[in-house]
Amino acid sequence: MKPAPFRYADPGTLDEALAVLSAEGEGAKVLAGGQSLLPLLSMRLAAPTTLVDINRVPGLDTVEATRDGVTVGALVRHNALLHDDAAARVQPLLARATANVAHPAIRNRGTTVGSIAHADPSGEMTSVLALTDGSVTVASPDGVETVGWRDFFVGPLETSVHGPAVVTSAFFPALPPRSGTAFAEVARRKGDYAVCGAGVVVTLDDSRRVSAVRAAYVSVGLVPEVHDLTEAVAGSPVDSADWAAAGALARTLVEPDTDIHASADYRRLLVGVLTERTLASAAAEAAARVTGE
Amino acid sequence: MSSVDTERTITVTVNGVPREATVPVRRLLSDALRHDLGLTGTHVGCEHGVCGACTVMVDGEPMRSCLLLAVQVDGASVTTVEGLAADDGTLHPVQEAFRECHALQCGFCTPGFLVTIAAGLDKRDSSAELTEEEVDDMVGGNLCRCTGYANIKKAVHYAAAAMKDGA
Repeated sequence: MKPAPFRYADPGTLDEALAVLSAEGEGAKVLAGGQSLLPLLSMRLAAPTTLVDINRVPGLDTVEATRDGVTVGALVRHNALLHDDAAARVQPLLARATANVAHPAIRNRGTTVGSIAHADPSGEMTSVLALTDGSVTVASPDGVETVGWRDFFVGPLETSVHGPAVVTSAFFPALPPRSGTAFAEVARRKGDYAVCGAGVVVTLDDSRRVSAVRAAYVSVGLVPEVHDLTEAVAGSPVDSADWAAAGALARTLVEPDTDIHASADYRRLLVGVLTERTLASAAAEAAARVTGE
Repeated sequence: MSSVDTERTITVTVNGVPREATVPVRRLLSDALRHDLGLTGTHVGCEHGVCGACTVMVDGEPMRSCLLLAVQVDGASVTTVEGLAADDGTLHPVQEAFRECHALQCGFCTPGFLVTIAAGLDKRDSSAELTEEEVDDMVGGNLCRCTGYANIKKAVHYAAAAMKDGA
């Protein structure tokens, strides 16, 4: 199918983009990579009156990695983030999760920030923003504000941002010291939306005992959520921690839905399996960091 | 204030040739290539980014032409399957490999595979060994209902070897 008719603008500055968004009113929608938006248009699941293409807006295509975290601009393609070594050193979860986003041809065009602004609970990067306790920067005619992930995600495909506004960047805090991460997902076909995905962060204390375990899931629940699994393994030496117990705890905490792709029970099972698997890998990384420090 | 339009005239370099077209802004790149520019080599399968049949290179990077608006490639350089062979008709190594390895049956998905693989092999260091995982990642976004992929993957290796020798 083809998109319903719309009007199109490709402003050359952020101010112009906001002006067009204001002038065009409620039916206007921001277009960045378009890899989620254009399918919605072609399937006639969305019919914006105007598309405001921000691809010509300068200054939005940079990845900035500092000691505190990684700031990803609104026009950074998944593929650029996937191959950004500085970003991977500060927050290794970014590349690990991005590698699971669709296919290379989609990653060449789709943007990480657009995927977050799209707020699809099947998207990898929404969960990563939550798990890293990240935030987004939103520009509107009223000014620029930072919105934490908890306040940003409201429901499936719905964020707290309304009216003329552009999400200009996302900030992913750095991986804490003595910590490791891992990401894994199960999909029907390679690169397809995950039936279930899991991202985890394990933090150890100075004597290599588990001090914190957190997890966030993909395609589980209506909005991204972070689950604290620490109590299942708190204080355990990293080499003998019972990751299966943490997986079992995770299964009791999540509330997956049944859909055409999988039952809620199957998703719950996958949450347990993927949690156990990713925790073992993240813990090994954390242990290596403690030793290295 | 930038203009808000329902129709635009765009200039795109397609397979090395500057082309101009006046298109409604909602025109997908895939349709612009086929209908406005008469390049029907690019096939349109699912029209929502899943099948990969419409893959073209935009400024050298493989992308889904059904997930781009034609107006978005104004000023860009696009390579379609028609642009893979040399001007004298000599096939691209990937096309040659598909013929040698019998990597197609009905041929519907083939243009997307050819462009995807040509871009993928062009970008990698041809002296490095091509792993199965790399091949899977390269072609994993393209659907084929005939071949079962075995011969397509064989063709990727065949083409990689040919491009390595040629380099």
